[in-house]
Amino acid sequence: MKIVIISGSIVGTKTKTAMLKTEEIFLQKYPEHDVQLLDLADYQIEYSDGRNYIDYEGDTKYVTETIMNADALIIGTPVFQASIPATLKNIFDLLPIHAFRDKVASVVVTAGTAKHYLMVEQQLKPILSYMKAQIVPTYVFIEEQDFLRKEISNDDIIFRLNRLAEDTVTTFDAFEAIRIKKDEAYGF
Amino acid sequence: MKKYRIDASKGMEFGLYSLGDHILNPLTGSRISAQQRIQELVEVSQLAEQAGIDVFGVGESHQKYFASQAHTVILGAIAQATQKIKITSSATVLSVLDPVRVYEDFSTIDLLSDGRAEIVAGRGSRVGAYQLLGVDLQDYEEIFEEKLELLKQINEQERITWQGNYRAPLQNAEILPQPKDGSLPIWRAVGGPPASAIKAGHMGIPMMLTTLGGPAMNFKHSVDVYRQAAENNGFDAQSLPIGTTSLFYVADTNNEALQGMYPHLNSGFQAIRGSGYPKQQFAQSIDYRDALMVGSKELIIEKLLYQHELYGMQRFMAQLDFGGVPFDKIMKNIEMIGNDIIPAIKKHTREKGE
Repeated sequence: MKIVIISGSIVGTKTKTAMLKTEEIFLQKYPEHDVQLLDLADYQIEYSDGRNYIDYEGDTKYVTETIMNADALIIGTPVFQASIPATLKNIFDLLPIHAFRDKVASVVVTAGTAKHYLMVEQQLKPILSYMKAQIVPTYVFIEEQDFLRKEISNDDIIFRLNRLAEDTVTTFDAFEAIRIKKDEAYGF
Repeated sequence: MKKYRIDASKGMEFGLYSLGDHILNPLTGSRISAQQRIQELVEVSQLAEQAGIDVFGVGESHQKYFASQAHTVILGAIAQATQKIKITSSATVLSVLDPVRVYEDFSTIDLLSDGRAEIVAGRGSRVGAYQLLGVDLQDYEEIFEEKLELLKQINEQERITWQGNYRAPLQNAEILPQPKDGSLPIWRAVGGPPASAIKAGHMGIPMMLTTLGGPAMNFKHSVDVYRQAAENNGFDAQSLPIGTTSLFYVADTNNEALQGMYPHLNSGFQAIRGSGYPKQQFAQSIDYRDALMVGSKELIIEKLLYQHELYGMQRFMAQLDFGGVPFDKIMKNIEMIGNDIIPAIKKHTREKGE
């Protein structure tokens, strides 16, 4: 199973800190799986112009292909202006409409305060559904007060990230079993 | 219809087309050489002619996994190798070419083939041709409209005076050689959604509509708005032919057809689009209401007649070599098309009393 963890912002530290912790948890719990962290801050990514993702070059091609080859995505996002950052939306825009078919998507969100705690429900999940992801229903919402100098200081968050990792793998296993059963039934 | 060399009294035309894709055969894991692929295209055109197929098309695509970039050269070879089958592009990416040069090429193929050449002009759905030939994608929409207008004008006038944004002006220019009957059938390639169908209708140009899969009914709207747009702009919609195209695979039973086509379709899509073909959607194509042409010959006939009822098209074009389908399977498909499908289709679509 290939798990890709996305840090969806190119600025700030909270999302990156959270996703590094998420990566650490996955590596520790699931050493048998292929886990990769994609920090968007590390790449020069073009804006989507509507072409097929395989027709881009360089970092844009690398990042989109890495995502397309994943079985599960853990999407980390901050809250910018009551929504996801443009950098993350651009990733979705670069991909085909059915990009997340047969993939599981989980969400980790960081924010200054709890004011936009429904942002994921109202904005991110509809995009993931449209792109045909199997979404893990619960997500981990992390506030500024849960961090201390680039570390997560709230134990509840650590426990919740652990549960998110388990739910992601379990959800993938379940849907993979369903997919295999269905594919076998087709007979072609 | 005569202007477009179509005789409706003979029934709907059945054609084959290839994008010239050059993908490995997923069943063997190996790929034939580009030379073999190109030579087989010529050979398939001969087999198609022998089977009574009306049209043979080759398209151009300028990126990895394709071999027919110089599609006019291949069409020239086909003109020499065949005697009566119509020869068309499928499609010519007009946006990256000079319409004058395109017309010269196809007029020449028309003369070589004794009046059998046609052009299907499209914009291309990939960026390869634009990058390779240095055409700005920013002008994607407008450049095609301008070039298609010019191509149509060249086809309609003996001498041409023209001015535009994407090519040097023409002053009373004579484009030579002229095609056999003075003009060529020129079609506009249209994807599924209605927007370009409307543009085709507005221009009063025959429409070649891709109906690659999903409910056939979904494409009916594009056909209706095409005819409506033609009428609104002063053209007689009944005099404008419509063609439809789809991926195609026929076998003795529906299950055999599904099994035969799926690996090619799936790996072909993976190679040129970056994601495979979902099995669930593919399984649904064994239904006369789905546009993807896969199934037994009975189902294919039912699908074609159902679509003919929906769209009233004059031509259907089948793509049966996509995704590394080996030559023997292509031959088998052609045999079934010639022996069973074409006679049934012609019989039921012939216009009576003309």
